[in-house]
Amino acid sequence: MSAILTIDSLTVALPPGADRPRALENVSLELHPNEILCVVGESGSGKSMTAGAILGLLPDGVQAIAGKILLEGQDLLTLDDAQMQQIRGARIGMIFQEPMTALNPLRTIGDQIGEMFETHTTLRSSEIRARVLDLLRDVHIPDPEAARRAYPHELSGGQRQRAMIAMALALEPRVLIADEPTTALDVTTQAQILKLIRELQQRKGTAVLFITHDFGVVAEIADRVAVMQKGLLVEEGPAIDVLNDPQHPYTRALIAAVPPLVPPPPQMTGSEIILRIEHVSKTYRKGGLLARHRRVTHAVKDANLVLPRGGTLGIVGESGSGKSTLARCMVRLLDPDQGSIRLGDTDLASLSRKEMRAATRRIQMVYQDPFASLNPRRKAGELVAQGPIIHGETRERALARAKELFALVGLDPDSTERYPHEFSGGQRQRIGLARALALGPEVLVADEPVSALDVSVQAQVLRLLADLRKRLGLSMVFITHDLRVAAQICDRIAVMKDGEVVEEGLTAEVFTAPRHPYTKALLASVPGRDWTPPVSPDAVLALADTREFAPQLL
Amino acid sequence: MRVLLLALRRLAASLPTLFVVLAGLFLLLQLAPGDTVDALVAQMGGGDPVMMEELRRYYGLDVSVAVQLGRYIWRLLQLDLGFSAIYGKPVSAVILERLPATLLLMMSALSFAFAGGMALGVLAARKVNRWPDTLISTLGLIFYATPSFWFGLMGIVIFAVNLGWLPAGSFEEIGAGYTGFRRALDIAWHLFLPTLTLALIFLATYLRIMRASMLEVLNLEFVRTARAKGLSPGRVVRRHVLRNALLPMVTLIGLQAGTMLGGSIVVESVFALPGLGRLAYESVVQRDLNTLLGIVFVSALLVIAVNFIVDLLYARLDPRIVT
Repeated sequence: MSAILTIDSLTVALPPGADRPRALENVSLELHPNEILCVVGESGSGKSMTAGAILGLLPDGVQAIAGKILLEGQDLLTLDDAQMQQIRGARIGMIFQEPMTALNPLRTIGDQIGEMFETHTTLRSSEIRARVLDLLRDVHIPDPEAARRAYPHELSGGQRQRAMIAMALALEPRVLIADEPTTALDVTTQAQILKLIRELQQRKGTAVLFITHDFGVVAEIADRVAVMQKGLLVEEGPAIDVLNDPQHPYTRALIAAVPPLVPPPPQMTGSEIILRIEHVSKTYRKGGLLARHRRVTHAVKDANLVLPRGGTLGIVGESGSGKSTLARCMVRLLDPDQGSIRLGDTDLASLSRKEMRAATRRIQMVYQDPFASLNPRRKAGELVAQGPIIHGETRERALARAKELFALVGLDPDSTERYPHEFSGGQRQRIGLARALALGPEVLVADEPVSALDVSVQAQVLRLLADLRKRLGLSMVFITHDLRVAAQICDRIAVMKDGEVVEEGLTAEVFTAPRHPYTKALLASVPGRDWTPPVSPDAVLALADTREFAPQLL
Repeated sequence: MRVLLLALRRLAASLPTLFVVLAGLFLLLQLAPGDTVDALVAQMGGGDPVMMEELRRYYGLDVSVAVQLGRYIWRLLQLDLGFSAIYGKPVSAVILERLPATLLLMMSALSFAFAGGMALGVLAARKVNRWPDTLISTLGLIFYATPSFWFGLMGIVIFAVNLGWLPAGSFEEIGAGYTGFRRALDIAWHLFLPTLTLALIFLATYLRIMRASMLEVLNLEFVRTARAKGLSPGRVVRRHVLRNALLPMVTLIGLQAGTMLGGSIVVESVFALPGLGRLAYESVVQRDLNTLLGIVFVSALLVIAVNFIVDLLYARLDPRIVT
């Protein structure tokens, strides 16, 4: 079968002063009708640049300097703006990552989908309305008529992405480019959206260029896979071959970094309980002048959990399940409405503000976003030393200790003098870890500590966490939405849904014999659950010193 | 329904503001030495203490401050602004005479500043870092840095005195006896320079906000979506960027309504316009407490009204705003 879209030795130049001269170097790809080609890579690999180059929507200063992009034989790089406008949307559809920000917040869904027809066809408005409704029905949005009139913020993330897909497919383009379309979604929603893309693609015979960083998603949906690294295409082939028998060392390292869904044999933890959470509830109230405007959200409802000393308790759940609220209650960033949080003999929930400030040295938190959680105006070393200084340590000793901690978390001790923006994402998360460890806590509460990181960096940070836990005898509460990560790092797992802990138990038991229907649904939604990443010893070794894999853009 | 609820809430919230402003000003003015009677007697060139006492009793100035304030608020509730001893007629009549000029000046200046600032801001953002942007930004800085009275005076010197194209001052041709459309034209003719003078500084602010806001919105993801849909650049700006970029501008209108009232004092003085600003200045000089309080009351109402409209407009523009 002949290719519908051919990228022929495409080279894209970055503006001078960028971290490398070429965003893409000599990339050649073929996309055939009725197939899904996954382009995989970490951040900075150039996968999104490829999409931008095809649509002629590269950022300012970035331009294709060599090669061809042929859409059904026509070279897109030679077309002018007006000609490209005819092709965008009509012959190449595009779906973006963040369905919230990718839709105009001030215009209705129907209006934005209808714009496709207004731009590219001469249909009358009544016809457009009918077509929009058909499209919304096609993507299985409940109540299409209401969705048509809704504004983006009135729909859930999954529904917004469905609307986005409806919009991209409005004119039945032969080629669809999907740039991380499920990354921002919950795992059950992600499974539905992947199914929907697959279904529509098969029904209409569309060729899909699917950009992702997630090998689980690749295993779920790809016919063929192309792996990119720093603007180079390093490996390409049928999905089965690449996933199970990767050839290029980089692909092998990436795949080895994907945590398998099968939990390792449980480690022995003592029977002593260090943290016991009993009947903790937290409600958010939204005030209103009139009673009927008041809204009460039960973020956490009667949660009961135990953390054995030296163990790791995973709390998994989707967005809005209350897992982050519970974590914040544990360190008293939020005050629980009810219940007790016993750390050893102390009930943290009943402490006064002042007593809690003293108790913070026993329980510390690591945050999700390594970019937002470090004050950009202070040096990394000061950020780490701040806690001990507040708790009465002298500045010199605290700074000296910060250097030791930097070494402990695998950072150069001399880099304490640098500012957060000079570090990569993974390094910043190490700083966050060092900051939490500076007070010598007994319990570490980690709220999605690796979710914002690339898979290879994620593997390093996870290994560091496991290592620190052993060396320092830490006990850890680990909050995540990623069941693969949870399977690898947690001894016990609690599953939360709508504020309630619906299931709790040993990791191996929860994964092999889930009891609650929601746990079963979650496990059934993990992308690529039937695929077990092949582990080759050399790949794991390669990853052990993968500093060169840490992408520069992070 | 959503917008209506919001409107009612905002209205209820503005009542305490009004009360605090009035009470605060009333008490502040009590701190200043001298009262209306002192000013009146000084105008007459002196008077005996007995007459002054009687005048004080007549104007209700002999009782305690608290009682005066209470009486004043009570009268306000009945929409009675009191009597101006200096002008010899009810304060409401004095203010109503002066209000149209100020309102007209403010509205035209606001509209001009908003429209001009928006247009120039959009232009600058679309040609960012090229010469039209540099030119517009420099112009904006000049407008912003130059005091408005200087603009006014220069305008008079060039357009009224040297070129003779525009009138040098006053609200309309006195004694010409124009009516209807002819009169409206005449007033517009007279207000051209004052509006420009008052508007330029605000135009500069709007321009900068609009430019920044446009640049920010142009970088948002839904703009990329719009481009990926095959929309032409002009259409992307009109249908997706503009309304989003206007949101901060609309907020600014509410904030600037008060500043503009203040600015109109200078412009009214320069162009000899019979407006509220000049009235306020004269009342301060003449210790005409009732008139001054009346002006404050009306100005506060005006600012609250503008902010109220802005809130409604905002709610209309942005569906995410909930009551």
